[in-house]
Amino acid sequence: MRNLNRLTAQAMVDAFSSGKMTSVQATEAALDRIAQVDGAVHAFLHVDAEGALEAAEAVDKDRAAGKSLPLLAGVPVAVKDVLVTKGLPTTAGSRILEGWMPPYDATVVERLKAARMPIIGKTNMDEFAMGSSTEHSGYGPTHNPWDLDRIPGGSGGGSAASLAAFEVPLAIGSDTGGSIRQPAAVTGTVGVKPTYGAVSRYGVIALASSLDQVGPCARTVHDAALLHEVIAGHDPRDATSLPEAVPPVVTAANRGRQDGLEGVRVGVIKELTGEGFQSGVRQRFEEAIHQLSSLGAKVTEVSCPSFAYALAAYYLILPSEASSNLAKYDSVRFGLRVDDGGTIERVMGATRAAGFGDEVKRRIILGTYALSAGYYDAYYGSAQKVRTLIQRDFGEAFGAVDVLVSPTCPTTAFRLGEQVDDPLTMYLNDIATIPANLAGIPGMSLPIGLAPEDGLPVGLQILAPARVDDRLYRVGAALEGALVDVWAGTLLTQAPPLEGVPV
Amino acid sequence: MASLDRAEVARLAALARIDLDDRDLDRLSGQLSAIVDAVAKVQEVATPDVPATSHPIPMSNVHRPDEVRPSLSQEDALAAAPAAESGRFRVPQILGEEA
Repeated sequence: MRNLNRLTAQAMVDAFSSGKMTSVQATEAALDRIAQVDGAVHAFLHVDAEGALEAAEAVDKDRAAGKSLPLLAGVPVAVKDVLVTKGLPTTAGSRILEGWMPPYDATVVERLKAARMPIIGKTNMDEFAMGSSTEHSGYGPTHNPWDLDRIPGGSGGGSAASLAAFEVPLAIGSDTGGSIRQPAAVTGTVGVKPTYGAVSRYGVIALASSLDQVGPCARTVHDAALLHEVIAGHDPRDATSLPEAVPPVVTAANRGRQDGLEGVRVGVIKELTGEGFQSGVRQRFEEAIHQLSSLGAKVTEVSCPSFAYALAAYYLILPSEASSNLAKYDSVRFGLRVDDGGTIERVMGATRAAGFGDEVKRRIILGTYALSAGYYDAYYGSAQKVRTLIQRDFGEAFGAVDVLVSPTCPTTAFRLGEQVDDPLTMYLNDIATIPANLAGIPGMSLPIGLAPEDGLPVGLQILAPARVDDRLYRVGAALEGALVDVWAGTLLTQAPPLEGVPV
Repeated sequence: MASLDRAEVARLAALARIDLDDRDLDRLSGQLSAIVDAVAKVQEVATPDVPATSHPIPMSNVHRPDEVRPSLSQEDALAAAPAAESGRFRVPQILGEEA
């Protein structure tokens, strides 16, 4: 078989079971591709060739011996560097954790290992997941495989780029305000933020604890569903973990692809279209709405008036929680220590000045302000009330429709450097993704075409009520199927070959 | 509502234990002031009749049995410490000369 690195996870599963290919071959294909293109893309902060090949060899041996194996056994996966991995360096994109070796595995990493998936490496991200471009990584930005001068989105730009560059078929991301969905949109890949609490956060380096959620990243909706079922489910080590059974997302994806969307009610969020959205984004979004109608869905417009306040509420709640969560980087138990011989207070100040980047400093100071005496009610307290209003908007909307849709982001991928010194402009990239985190509901982004003016990918966001993540997969797979039929292949087959690389 | 001025940013940075030099303060205080002005918008709709939401999915009293479980060994817990001595984290002095 040729171009093994371009196979979907499902195609690899099929090739393993028919004996056409081994896990070692799939893993070597991933490692070869990384060696070829990652110098230009920089999706990975760390590659574990030895560990991945060892896991692959063990799978091949067990398969040859006729042992029963989990479905995704042998399929390579990349892990965002915000999840701790025993024996593999973990930095969350921060210099303050440079060289840190976690003493344990995150539950999600344990589940990947139990599923016998070779972990190829750790992917780049904005420092502590604060950003929409990976430019706030302490280790240099990731480049968008569609145009290496452009951002891959953030904070999970490394995971999204690793898929778009055909380095791995599956990756893990985390989404606090859009860090799975926005990178998926600007790289032409699929990303899902499950319901808050659906995936364990044990061993996930915390940004904002009432918003963070881990989820699957893939090149197809069906592949995302396969990974979703591996990582989701109750974990007693995470007190916010949902006790309910995982919704049947793979079945839902198959049903959407086969049966279409007859009777499904789709709501277009009025506040997340029109002004402020790039013309090519609007054009592809409108076409996607027509496709949903052709598939049998009943499309109506719904209004969520409080969304106008979501961004402001988010940039109070997130910095407040982050300022508390990041207090642990105090130079005492792990990570950097800058010691000039003074008292611990001076050592902490110097350590955090040297170890944190500007965006992290901005948000910690902002959060310290929002939580400080005299301002708490005006800022943090008010933001929590906006959160209630946004939940009410969603509640009302989901009384009338089954899923909501919008463009995932206002624009296609912008140029590296364009917004890095303008935090407020950078924050606007997440205007459509943030409401889902504030309300705890699940969301998916999937590619719906290229913007005519710049030839770059556009994403559609699907939102569903809490705990019914399967609806995302049904609608997403149906739309993806219709579009792939039109394009005669996934959108990524239209990606330009990376410079100097035979594809 | 007051914007964040340079002196206030310096005070907050000290509370958050982040040393900032004059150039940092110049750069960050302008940006932070603009962000605070933008996010103050939440006050327009946060009326007294609206309850606050702190956690998106309501949950209460998540318990587990109080049983002994495996945990990190002392060696593992100290392995990544910037400094350790006699099985403990070694920290810089807590009090200065004048304290």
